[in-house]
Amino acid sequence: MAEAINNEAARHTSLEATSFYKAQCRVALRNCGVIDPESIDEYIAMDGYAALGKALTEMTPEQVIQEVIDSGLRGRGGGGFPTGKKWSFTAANKADQKYVVCNADEGDPGAFMDRSVLEGDPHCIIEAMELCGYATGATEGYVYVRAEYPIAVKRLTKAIEDAKAYGLLGKDIFGTGFNFDLHIRLGAGAFVCGEETALMTSIEGNRGEPRPRPPYPAVKGLFAKPTTENNVETFANVPQIILRGASFFNSMGTERSKGTKVFALGGKINNTGLVEVPMGTTLRQIVEDVGGGVPNGKKFKAAQTGGPSGGCIPASMIDIEIDYDNLVSQGAMMGSGGLIVMDEDTCMVDIAKFFLNFTVDESCGKCTPCRVGTRRLYEILEKITSGNGTLEDLDRMEELCKYIKDNSLCGLGQTAPNPVLSTYTRFKDEYIAHVVEKRCPAGVCKALMRITIDPDKCRGCTACARVCPVGAISGTVKQPHEIDQTKCIKCGACMEKCRFGAISKK
Amino acid sequence: MKSLAELAEIKARTIDSVIMPSGSGRMRVVVGMATCGIAAGASPVLDELVKDVKEAGISDRVMVSQTGCIGVCQYEPVVEVHEADKEKVTYVKMTAEKAREVFEKHIQGGEVIYDYTINAANA
Amino acid sequence: MVKKISEVAFRDTPEQAARFEKVIAENKHDKSRLMAVMQEAQDIYGYLPSEIQIRIAEGMDVPAEKVYGVATFYAQFALSPKGKYAISVCLGTACYVKGSQQVLDKICETLGIEPGSCTADAKFSLDACRCVGACGLAPVMMINDEVYGRLSPDDVEGILAKYE
Repeated sequence: MAEAINNEAARHTSLEATSFYKAQCRVALRNCGVIDPESIDEYIAMDGYAALGKALTEMTPEQVIQEVIDSGLRGRGGGGFPTGKKWSFTAANKADQKYVVCNADEGDPGAFMDRSVLEGDPHCIIEAMELCGYATGATEGYVYVRAEYPIAVKRLTKAIEDAKAYGLLGKDIFGTGFNFDLHIRLGAGAFVCGEETALMTSIEGNRGEPRPRPPYPAVKGLFAKPTTENNVETFANVPQIILRGASFFNSMGTERSKGTKVFALGGKINNTGLVEVPMGTTLRQIVEDVGGGVPNGKKFKAAQTGGPSGGCIPASMIDIEIDYDNLVSQGAMMGSGGLIVMDEDTCMVDIAKFFLNFTVDESCGKCTPCRVGTRRLYEILEKITSGNGTLEDLDRMEELCKYIKDNSLCGLGQTAPNPVLSTYTRFKDEYIAHVVEKRCPAGVCKALMRITIDPDKCRGCTACARVCPVGAISGTVKQPHEIDQTKCIKCGACMEKCRFGAISKK
Repeated sequence: MKSLAELAEIKARTIDSVIMPSGSGRMRVVVGMATCGIAAGASPVLDELVKDVKEAGISDRVMVSQTGCIGVCQYEPVVEVHEADKEKVTYVKMTAEKAREVFEKHIQGGEVIYDYTINAANA
Repeated sequence: MVKKISEVAFRDTPEQAARFEKVIAENKHDKSRLMAVMQEAQDIYGYLPSEIQIRIAEGMDVPAEKVYGVATFYAQFALSPKGKYAISVCLGTACYVKGSQQVLDKICETLGIEPGSCTADAKFSLDACRCVGACGLAPVMMINDEVYGRLSPDDVEGILAKYE
């Protein structure tokens, strides 16, 4: 009995004691899951708006920019451009009006860190945008949020009202003469609006088409005025950097990627969720320790990062330290931070096709390489996965990828071929198997799949023949049945119905 | 807001309700109410806890609040109990019924229901 | 993305019209608020009929083609109303070979509308969809959340009658 009680005492009860949490380090998410997001007082209790107070009363705009440069913070939306430098470009341009824009048009399938920050800690985005405004000389800001995030919009709206009521937004903040006003604009379901120039075009009330750069937004951005645009997660780091100093931030991470990164962990993994780890954490730590490994005893095959703009890191590279430059050197990219784990049952050609289908749908149509190129590329993949591909198609596919990358107007098109290129480089054998052997090694591509009945296991119960929508299964009662491959449409209805495990696909 | 002193004053009067001061015996119970939590059914859990604490008349000692994403999607809805001088307790896959039990046994009775914690779910 | 433009005659109630005029009045000083106005208009009417697009253009003092351009660019904006009962007929392979096209044709004939549109009384809207994952029940259609399987064209009238 006494022993049982002792054991009880040794048991941990908190999230922090789990392996999921141990490797994590929360900077951008530090208040998420801690404070009430609708209470400005609780944000202030956790040193909220103290960074703004410090900057306005003790620091010059130049010093704020220098602190951000020294911190080594890079854009968390995907590109990884140094944030402090971006601010300094806008600051250097003289204008009667400048803007700060927060990109919360999180469109990558599988990424939701921006939503979590807005829903869990909205004031930190307001504070960071004000810091950016002070540093760059802007007095007005816009947050562009997806309309699909109603709770984020509601909490941010309340946060802005509360901040205005406290005089933390508006005129003469902290009696320093600094003014800042903030507006919310809702997106309407166009992935391309995550691209910074397209986003600004959309805020102006237009079709969200990208603009050629130069001129860069720092010179001619929103409403043709100098504008600084950063992503939600980038902004979420800023108050901590100003409050605790650049050294707090740059003590974490790798040589060229400082601080932490939030990943949305998903796919074939035991612990799905939102994790924040220091830059330079290995993929193995994320997949095995934080993620708890691949379920059902399956083998880890690859991790996909960067969504439709990114690529795959194969199992052989699992010890890679994750930062901007390592990912790019592997043909992947950080992207906004979706990290999808794939196991041996995932077909890499099919994954490439999935992402490309997304880009084809979301291409805005302004430039030809993206509008037409991605569709042609999709058609080649369609041909390969339906068993009609040739080796020449693979060459043409590679050539087309390069053409789209080099000639598209904006980031959407320039990165659209990445999922194809990276899977083709890393898993060439799978493409070859589809083309030469007309076989899908993972058993995903329907046209190349065969559903067969094991005559030793089949009891002839006729259940499969009755459920088959196309009458492809024949056989007499109590005798093994057979599937006519020319009729079979691979819907799998027979497999679900079979009670003896006699039907399998390969 | 015209001065840093005002900010410091707000912090001073709020901090004890976010970080439980040692020796106060106070409790802060938070429910993950981001989109994922709400979709998994966090609202009735929060309502139950708010109602229980109010009915028991112990809101001076126990504060119930919503919060943002705690990060463990597959375990939503999540409830965390912070108590002064004690390890935080993370309850997962909560329902209004389980929340009622946590209120009776843990919040009022001081006894952690280990079977509902993340560590039991993880074991 | 091709959007089906509604041929249903547009009608609005005085309440809807009053709400709409208020939205215009509150926003017409700032042309960059066009999308916000369109979002609110869609909240009021459920979609953006061409009559409303023209009134938005006049109210905000922007060309009508710009309103139309924005409406067709973003996935969120609908040019055709959804009916009280949304019918979607599966045209996935399994359903197709079992005759779902004939089922769809029969529904079109019965309701007198094309896929992607809505009946004049806003009761039914009709769409064709990809596989709903119920191949064993092919051919399949859904009305709101209700699934109907093993259909033949002869079943159509009886099923629709349940929603009268």
